[in-house]
Amino acid sequence: MAGKIITISSGKGGVGKTTATANIGLGLAMLGVRVICIDADIGLRNLDVMLGLENRIVYDIVNYIEGRCRFRQALVRDKRFPELFMLPAAQTRAKDAVTVEQMKSVAYEAAQMVDYVLIDSPAGIEHGFRCASAPAEMVLVVTNPEIASVRDADRVVGLLEAEGGPPVRLIVNRIKPELIRRKEMLAPEDIVDMLAVDLIGLVPEDPEILAAGNRGQPVVLNNGSPAGQAFMDIARRLQGEDVPFAPLKAPSIFTRIFGSH
Amino acid sequence: MEEMALTIKGTQQGILLRPLSASWADVLQALDNALRDAETFFRGGRVILDMGTQELTRENLGMLRDVLDRYDMELWAVLSENEDTVRTARSFGLRTRLPGEATPKEQPTPALPEANALVVQRTLRSGQSLKYPGHIVLIGDVNPGAEIIAGGHIIVWGKMRGLAHAGALGDEQAIICALELAPAQLRIAGHFGRPPEGRRRKSLPETAKISDGDIVVEPWFTRE
Repeated sequence: MAGKIITISSGKGGVGKTTATANIGLGLAMLGVRVICIDADIGLRNLDVMLGLENRIVYDIVNYIEGRCRFRQALVRDKRFPELFMLPAAQTRAKDAVTVEQMKSVAYEAAQMVDYVLIDSPAGIEHGFRCASAPAEMVLVVTNPEIASVRDADRVVGLLEAEGGPPVRLIVNRIKPELIRRKEMLAPEDIVDMLAVDLIGLVPEDPEILAAGNRGQPVVLNNGSPAGQAFMDIARRLQGEDVPFAPLKAPSIFTRIFGSH
Repeated sequence: MEEMALTIKGTQQGILLRPLSASWADVLQALDNALRDAETFFRGGRVILDMGTQELTRENLGMLRDVLDRYDMELWAVLSENEDTVRTARSFGLRTRLPGEATPKEQPTPALPEANALVVQRTLRSGQSLKYPGHIVLIGDVNPGAEIIAGGHIIVWGKMRGLAHAGALGDEQAIICALELAPAQLRIAGHFGRPPEGRRRKSLPETAKISDGDIVVEPWFTRE
């Protein structure tokens, strides 16, 4: 049976698509399923850095499409989980190096090998987004609790709907509970209410994310990270587990001053 | 200003154009702009040109037809008090009188009472646009960045948070009502209004209409 193809998208850049792809991909691998993460951001590849695999790349997706290598040769095996693979984007090519049909056939081929294919979509609503979402059986739309990214997410959901596209699930990333309490940030309920799509993850802001991305060790590997826990919950929900949404607690004054660092 | 070079109004018999500027080039330019903005809205419509006492040359009539052709619109009638113009129009095979005794100018609110309504049930999302020459009833929300444009009334059974333009063909009797009216901007006919900065969001049904030349918003329930 072919694996499930899931695209991670957002419209707006910088909201955490690649971070989400890396963490959910690793989270699924930690649950013992086979995963291929495809970096569809041709020309601006990042997923390899987030996963700490950048110096293992030999071939990339465009090399494979051009017939320079076999599919398995283009895959980079994760250094931690042997059942996790990454298909890197081409860094030296332009976005239009891959057509919609080619992306579909790559994703379908990947799905023959594993249980999940995660596609990290480029920002924007142009060709790259259309390629990345064309093969998807589900799209995870990532947004931040701020008006601009919610509006872009709304645009993306509308475009997917217009094409009779796959079901959409929402990830609200970089939530700061203290700001929500002070009404300086959109509450997740308001975002869900406006976008009218089902929620699959609430990820708190976590200073660990930045360092983890730079080190190539996504936070999902770190048991103590609240964001890591939230990404793990998303992986479990994709696997069909009924994981309740953890209440978003602002750190108390105590932990903020005498924090664990 | 270009916008003042002509008026466009929906009537039962067709789309009524009334040139206001003496410069035909300005009139055509304004028409082209208006049609481009509302392309799907007018597409396929038939047009009544009311020239008043202004003269319409064969050449100008031809240029007008060229503009209308681009939007799949048909020039159907030319109303004029100028004998030469009437003759010109007839030579093009156009009507110079409307069927029935009433001319559109004697009908105070031509578009509203008999206009059809479009009923749509969905969320109108950012970047999406809903346009219809009659009334629009939307069951669902209008999100920020979405727009809804109607020749008649706009009724939103949901939250109105985008842009709404009622009476877009010039009808000042049109109203906009929603279960929650928190729009980016409201337009009725040629008037437009923004919610005041920092206005608290009321979640109660409200209606917007034109009163004394301004858009006013009132709660739907005026008495307990």
